[in-house]
Amino acid sequence: MTATTAASPGAPSDTSALRAKRISRRRNTRAALLFISPWIIGFLVFTAWPIIYSGYLSLTNYDVINDPEFIGLDNYQRMLEDPKIRLALWNTFYFTVLQVPLYVMVSLALALLLYKAGRSAGFFRTAFFLPKMTPPVAVGILLLLLFNGQDGLINTVLGWVGIDGPAWTTDPTWVKPGLILISLWSVGSSVIILLAALQNVPQEMYDSARVDGANWWQQTFKITLPMISGAIFFIFIVNTIAAFQTFTEAYTAYFGAGNTTYSNDAALFYVIYLFQQGFEFLNMGYASAMAWLLFLIIMVFTAVQMTISKRFVYYEGEQR
Amino acid sequence: MTAGAIGTEHVDDAGAPDAPRPAQARVPPRPKKRKITLKTILLFTALGAVTLVFIYPFIWLLSASFKPQGEVFDNKILPETFTFDNYINVWQQAPMLLWLWNTIFVTVLAAVAVTISSALVAWGFSYFRFRGRNFLFGIVLATMMLPGAVTMIPQFLIWNNLGMVNTLTPLWAQNLFGSAFYIFLLRQFFLGLPRDLFDAAKIDGANNWTIFARVAAPLCKPALIITLIFEFQAAWTDLMRPLIYLRDSDKFTVPRGLKSLLDQYGFGGNWHWEIVVTASVITTIPMIILFFLGQRHFVQGIATTGTKG
Repeated sequence: MTATTAASPGAPSDTSALRAKRISRRRNTRAALLFISPWIIGFLVFTAWPIIYSGYLSLTNYDVINDPEFIGLDNYQRMLEDPKIRLALWNTFYFTVLQVPLYVMVSLALALLLYKAGRSAGFFRTAFFLPKMTPPVAVGILLLLLFNGQDGLINTVLGWVGIDGPAWTTDPTWVKPGLILISLWSVGSSVIILLAALQNVPQEMYDSARVDGANWWQQTFKITLPMISGAIFFIFIVNTIAAFQTFTEAYTAYFGAGNTTYSNDAALFYVIYLFQQGFEFLNMGYASAMAWLLFLIIMVFTAVQMTISKRFVYYEGEQR
Repeated sequence: MTAGAIGTEHVDDAGAPDAPRPAQARVPPRPKKRKITLKTILLFTALGAVTLVFIYPFIWLLSASFKPQGEVFDNKILPETFTFDNYINVWQQAPMLLWLWNTIFVTVLAAVAVTISSALVAWGFSYFRFRGRNFLFGIVLATMMLPGAVTMIPQFLIWNNLGMVNTLTPLWAQNLFGSAFYIFLLRQFFLGLPRDLFDAAKIDGANNWTIFARVAAPLCKPALIITLIFEFQAAWTDLMRPLIYLRDSDKFTVPRGLKSLLDQYGFGGNWHWEIVVTASVITTIPMIILFFLGQRHFVQGIATTGTKG
């Protein structure tokens, strides 16, 4: 607003053109900084400061009520010895390693189906996307209801084909597979991304491939997949980061006040344990140290994926 | 429009290729007379089956919410004994209207705040050329990679020091400062606008603010709508922040309230799953309505983030 009218070239005083230019550039910078100032303030207060403070807290004992007590690297030492950290890490890796590839494959399969559906794709796409709108709390509840070992719908359906379904929500072996399966219910947005990528593949490529006698498999693996590899990679990265931070569905279904009936170790994911340490046991220092380990793990995984992707991902030359 | 209404439609003619929407721009034109081949039948059978899998949980939930306590788990599509009691009970057991009001209050403020602030910032990054621009924008992108867990605790402490814990403020006020993802998204849109337009406005005497508010922002309306509805959905469905910031049940948002109902009536012996189920329906329906209102924008927004990212 105060970003004065930049249209003032009609005032050439005795100063040189160079000076006028400098003034206008400075005004320009001031106006720009004014526009981005909300972000600058927000970044300093709610990101930069928290990062620094979290680093400091991770070296302290802090329960919110008393002042932070500096304890050096003790929290990190303690993490090494905490069996629950190991459990939480194991659960989280288990979930991520199985869920992400499955998620990508299912969304890819659905996108390919939708592509074939041509004009009716919009209708089915709507149906596929709806679960994504369901609040994760409700998804956690649906998990408890549909995957219920005795009367749950899933086991009823499995019963029709003669399979005696497991106790998904109570048997520690089946808790994570159940969570993975229900997470596949919300592949909708990935399907939309992949479908859009598929529709961007130039039709001529298929035409000429067909003229050369390429069959469906060859077309898929030589044209389709390489052409949409950028989108696939995007989904891979985003979902890996999300899977490492999985929280709401598992927390809803297996944790919280009043839930004493389940042995919920099998669903203790890293962020759930972090949340418990920070906000239920008020070990803010320890939770901060945990947050930094998570950050490190995500960075390493993302970096590895980026490196690997350089070999496989094809980007159109003109893009960026 | 409710989940069930949509659902039944899907069950009846799951395989029928009715096209409620015009074809996508890039879909190859279909031959005039379509032969119904075995391939087509297989394709639509598969699509129908998948659709059923995706839609059925909604039907199940909706139907269960009309069943009396003992029949919730009977897996019948139509309730044997149809009852509205669950809805009345939920309203009596929990301050559902208050929760809905809290949620609407938070989500509307969150969505409006983040849209306005992110648009301002995105404009600042796309229109002006200044020293340090790329560096600063690099930081914006970098913050997208930072896991929320790292900043979660200090942010809580900030709000705690301001005496704002157990109020709704922390759930939306940070949005006044923009959000990296939306800044990135909106900047992409602003960069796509022809610069001549702004130069012309400038010659006509428009100042920076006028160019933004009168020329650029209106042209970016689709992107602004995307931001609004994405954030509305994110704020509505969030559980973690309400868990952290809200203490008293009269402050709860619906997802937080739903979790407390689950803790009360789903676990710990006091079993009234029909109440949990009904509250789930009430929590979900606004999102379904939002989706049908903003369907086009959702699809466009998601496709943009994924393919141009």
